[in-house]
Amino acid sequence: MLNYFANPRRFMKLSGILTPWMAGATLILAGAGLYLGLFASPADYQQGETVRIMYVHVPAAWMALFCYTGLAISAAVGLIWKHPVADVAARASAPIGACFTFLALFTGALWGKPMWGTWWVWDARLTSMLVLFFLYLGYMALNSAFDDPQRGTKASAILAMVGFVNVPIIKFSVDWWNTLHQPASILRMDGPTIHPDMLWPLFLMIGAATTYYLWVLMLRMRRDLTEGRVRARRQIQAEEAGA
Amino acid sequence: MKRKHKRLTFAGIGLGLLAVAAALVLTAFEDSIVFFHSPTDVADGKVEIDRRIRLGGLVETGSVQKQADAVTAFRITDGANVVSVTYTGILPDLFREGQGVVTEGRLMGEQFVAEEVLAKHDENYMPPEVADALKKSGRWQEGSDKQHPADIPVTTKDSYK
Amino acid sequence: MDTISKFLEMGGYAGYVWPSYLAVFGLLGVLLWLSLRGLKAAETDLAQLEGPDGKAARRQASPAADGAPDT
Repeated sequence: MLNYFANPRRFMKLSGILTPWMAGATLILAGAGLYLGLFASPADYQQGETVRIMYVHVPAAWMALFCYTGLAISAAVGLIWKHPVADVAARASAPIGACFTFLALFTGALWGKPMWGTWWVWDARLTSMLVLFFLYLGYMALNSAFDDPQRGTKASAILAMVGFVNVPIIKFSVDWWNTLHQPASILRMDGPTIHPDMLWPLFLMIGAATTYYLWVLMLRMRRDLTEGRVRARRQIQAEEAGA
Repeated sequence: MKRKHKRLTFAGIGLGLLAVAAALVLTAFEDSIVFFHSPTDVADGKVEIDRRIRLGGLVETGSVQKQADAVTAFRITDGANVVSVTYTGILPDLFREGQGVVTEGRLMGEQFVAEEVLAKHDENYMPPEVADALKKSGRWQEGSDKQHPADIPVTTKDSYK
Repeated sequence: MDTISKFLEMGGYAGYVWPSYLAVFGLLGVLLWLSLRGLKAAETDLAQLEGPDGKAARRQASPAADGAPDT
């Protein structure tokens, strides 16, 4: 299965078919989610209208973790099995995940100020999320820090795998320690603690964020692979001119 | 094939060791990772007097007294122990009796003098009508997580606006 | 008109709710635009290199992807 998708040509063919579908799914899911989230869903009994920030905050935070998991797995596959497409996938995931992490922190601050009374606190959840943001930035910096791109890929892949310990820490920080951030509302043993009328727009927006990630991921991977071909062609031309 | 397995074993052992190291570090720093202390920590003498600390719990029902000059006195409870708190300043919107709260300040004898009050809300989200109906029927009360709103049948969909 | 301004007010929390949505859709929109633009530029470069004799050139090039635009 891994070998099947590791073929760049097969990936280009498959992603060419999938990209427009992901684009369409993103627009439909985001449209429905925005309608339900902003117009057709109730205000919260204690948080009032600020609960609507949840419909962008939670998808961003969820994608921050999802992208990092994808990045770490791709980096590991690239490092251990030397699949070229896996390295491309890891590199393409990083800026998307970094954007989602920034947005989770930013919308969290805008939600925290009116509800908690503060933009920011150094509790375990918020701090581990900030660490995730720096992991993304560190990965991108390391990836392009070497003259030899292979060495950059290798070094950044190791960082990505080491940084993965932070993902379970983020998820369970609210259970393991006293935090200002409340415990999980969706992924918990006894089911979600969100009223169905608020859960639906949330699920739609999480779905939209996931298809957006796959869409932009494929765009960026296609660009990387196409640029690789351009470089290869230029080299052939240069050699022909030299000969 | 051989080198691939070597890399895989190497990565596996490395990640395993890393997870153990992370667990050890987090356990060692447990006290500083904890964002606030509970009234029980105070009662057990785990909290240093005259040092700036955070104290958290639920605002005890019926304990909030608004005094002159924007001074508010209330009690923080964790079910087992209670600490009296005074605070001067504007309270966050979500500060209510029976709700979670995290205060920062100093313990002066028995009294906690807060310089900052943050609201800590629970993880339940539901429309106000549903919350009212639940409270009226006695199936749920704020600050308790015995009842999840998701278990409650959807009531009125057209009465939101 | 009244319902619109009431909606925009967000129960007094407009200053928190709308910047959140603006940031999310703004930043994700910019990232999407940059990614699309980068892909188009790479595809243009490749098409130029392969030129009118693209087919002949492609045969001797690496057996990698076809690079056909998806639109």
